[in-house]
Amino acid sequence: MSTAVIDSPIVGRGARDGGRLFRDWFSGLSELAEAGGRAAYVFVMGSMAELVQTFDMPVVFPEINSLQTAVRRVSDKYLSLAEDHGFSPDVCGYLKADYALQVLGGEHPMGRVPKPSVAILTNACNTYFKWAEIWERMYDVPTVAIDVPGSREAPNVRTPSPADLERDRRYVAHQIDELIPVLEKVSGKKFDIDRLREVLGRTNEMGRGWRRVLELNRGTPAVFDAMMEGTIFLGVANALRGTQAGADYFTELAEEMEYKREHGISPLVDQEEKHRLAFVGVPCYPIFRRFYELFSEWGGVFASSTYMWFASGGLNLDFEYDLDRPLESLAEGVLLNVTKAMDAMLFHDQALIQAIDDFNLDGVVYHPIKSCRTVSTSLADSRRVVLEQRDVLALYIESDMMDKRVVSEAQLKNRIDAFFEGLDSRKLRLERSG
Amino acid sequence: MAVQNASAPAGAMKPAARLLELPDATDLGETLWHCREILEDTDFPTVRKWRESGGKVLGHFQVYFPEELAHAAGMLPVKVRGAPVDRREADSKFGSYLCSILRSSLELALTGRLDLDMFVTHPICDAARNLAGIWGRNRPESAQILYLPQNPNSAFAAAYLAEEYRRVLDDIERITGRTVTEQALRHSIRVFNRNRQLLRELYAIKRDTPWLVSVDEAYVVMALGGLIPREEHNELLELVIPMFLKRDLRKQDKIRVVFEGGFCEQPPLDLLRAIAQFCYVVDDDLLIGLRWILEDVPSDGAPLEKLADAYLNRSSYSPVQHDLRKPKERMLLERIREAGAEAAIVSAAKMCEPGLDEQVAYADALDEAGIPYFITEFEEKMSSFDHLQIQLETFMENLLFV
Repeated sequence: MSTAVIDSPIVGRGARDGGRLFRDWFSGLSELAEAGGRAAYVFVMGSMAELVQTFDMPVVFPEINSLQTAVRRVSDKYLSLAEDHGFSPDVCGYLKADYALQVLGGEHPMGRVPKPSVAILTNACNTYFKWAEIWERMYDVPTVAIDVPGSREAPNVRTPSPADLERDRRYVAHQIDELIPVLEKVSGKKFDIDRLREVLGRTNEMGRGWRRVLELNRGTPAVFDAMMEGTIFLGVANALRGTQAGADYFTELAEEMEYKREHGISPLVDQEEKHRLAFVGVPCYPIFRRFYELFSEWGGVFASSTYMWFASGGLNLDFEYDLDRPLESLAEGVLLNVTKAMDAMLFHDQALIQAIDDFNLDGVVYHPIKSCRTVSTSLADSRRVVLEQRDVLALYIESDMMDKRVVSEAQLKNRIDAFFEGLDSRKLRLERSG
Repeated sequence: MAVQNASAPAGAMKPAARLLELPDATDLGETLWHCREILEDTDFPTVRKWRESGGKVLGHFQVYFPEELAHAAGMLPVKVRGAPVDRREADSKFGSYLCSILRSSLELALTGRLDLDMFVTHPICDAARNLAGIWGRNRPESAQILYLPQNPNSAFAAAYLAEEYRRVLDDIERITGRTVTEQALRHSIRVFNRNRQLLRELYAIKRDTPWLVSVDEAYVVMALGGLIPREEHNELLELVIPMFLKRDLRKQDKIRVVFEGGFCEQPPLDLLRAIAQFCYVVDDDLLIGLRWILEDVPSDGAPLEKLADAYLNRSSYSPVQHDLRKPKERMLLERIREAGAEAAIVSAAKMCEPGLDEQVAYADALDEAGIPYFITEFEEKMSSFDHLQIQLETFMENLLFV
């Protein structure tokens, strides 16, 4: 491959622009905080960002703030402060880091986080409730739950009836109707359905780009690493959801990935793609770069990741908002995307098996973490089912997304090296046997 | 003595079997001992006997399930609350950093100790939500989530919940092959109303004359309700409550406390006995699901709507329900005040995220209110309480003498 092809400015544009957009977004929040302004606090899964945008309210994602403290290697300071205030070492590190951040007046390694004007949460994660209760106590601001009934059983066990889905949709729709006056009151603006239509249209555009990007990773070599670059893409997908900048970003990202697919450009810099993997869980942010290298140095690429399913706000789903009936469609979208996010965490074994087939995967890396029972509780059993049904290798490594005290790089490396030795030897065997 | 069945009206299902045989119902000590034996038997003899008699069993994970639905279909509703068993089968199905109750509950099913026809879990916490998937992959019976509303403040929550109850009832009917009439549901509501009334009476003894019934004794007779038909449980309570009241026991110089933290995983009985040595537990949230509904559910009108309304609007509180009308720390202070308690034991099961998170808010509120409290953690399988006893004794002595 010619150097000109690889050196084309389009290659790496998504990572560069994503980082810039994310920093710009955070700078905006920081300026708002310094000026004493407030923002709507929302969560990644079921963020209701489109509705909040309709009222021109800036949004804060506390999970993203927390993970950034780990990526920037200062999470221990926040966790220690929260634990000094009585929080257990065994509970969610995101929640604790945000608690400490609030105690510190919004102080964050990327700037300053504004205080909440309102908090909106879904039940995609139960810890969201405990988290929002902290803000209720600290700030006495409105906190509104959007309760989304998810799959009652594994989707492969029983498909919900249309009547069941309609009942759940009505429940979600009623809650959205109840949220609107709260946002009107907090923002001082009347709800404008045409504005919602515009915002939803831009999310539709983002989704088209996102799905194309995911689809392009089915080919060999993969065109991006779903854990490393995927996390950057997720940051933009959430922070800029429903914005023109977000829509443009994913249109251009799809162009970049088309280019990489056309020219066979892999995300690995110094070597060929040897093993195609799926990542299950949340990355190890305290040593994020190194964690990635432990796989990439062996020629391992994460072609797929459940993180890009459950944390993308449903952009991965074959769903577009119906702009002719925006509110009804928003309720359908929230029901679908939160349900599927929960499925990706609670009932993901069959989806993973499908991904193994679709992405031609050699192995699955399960990364249960201390901080998050939602994504971690069932991974051991899911691994058993996947290994029974597909001829892949699986690696099961435990650490955390925030807490360095339970991250042992040496132990991780030992396990990961052994996993790749197994993959190498299996590959050799398969090649020899033709 | 065999506890007598209450006569059931037309439409009500006849229990499959009588499960509770008390060797000497005139002797309170003997009765309590027998109840404790059944409660601590990890082979669940009452459930086994029910199944051997051809009855079907619905197991529901903590915290609350509308047991009237199963009862009306002639099923035995069983509270799945873990057990202090060795975990040989279940541990490999889970990751680390998880509470015990989750693992031991599955262990009971995987080892055949607790054989169910239907299993229901709830989105009470991030770990429990996962149980439906894991259970369903490893057991043949239906394993599902009942989505109790997590936005009880929505005006639509009750209507949604009534329909969700209907969905579960459809599954119950499918599994039992029986149609549940409104008449049968109303009968079940009346049976459970009586049960809730009797449990309130039991707790009134704890509150008003705590020297007559200790926390572990009250727990034993209450918890048995999760393992036998409610008609039998009602008769057990009708038998023992007057016996507690007639006890010739003297009030001791003990601090009155509220125990908080038993809403899901249960502390070992011996831990409760250890606590009872040093203080009077005048109220608690142990197995709060059995006492979740605070008043009688109206037995007229549409039963599912009435049950849904009661769950949302006539109910207690716990760290796993987010209700803007019931901030947990305020509710704890009310519980302490209403029980006339002087202190609180704020406990949590190890690795229980909601319980551990709530401890922080409870401690802050108790500090602000100037109420002494003792913070601790427990695990269902713990068997040594020496350290805890010393700490608790010191705490109580400080309150009594300093």
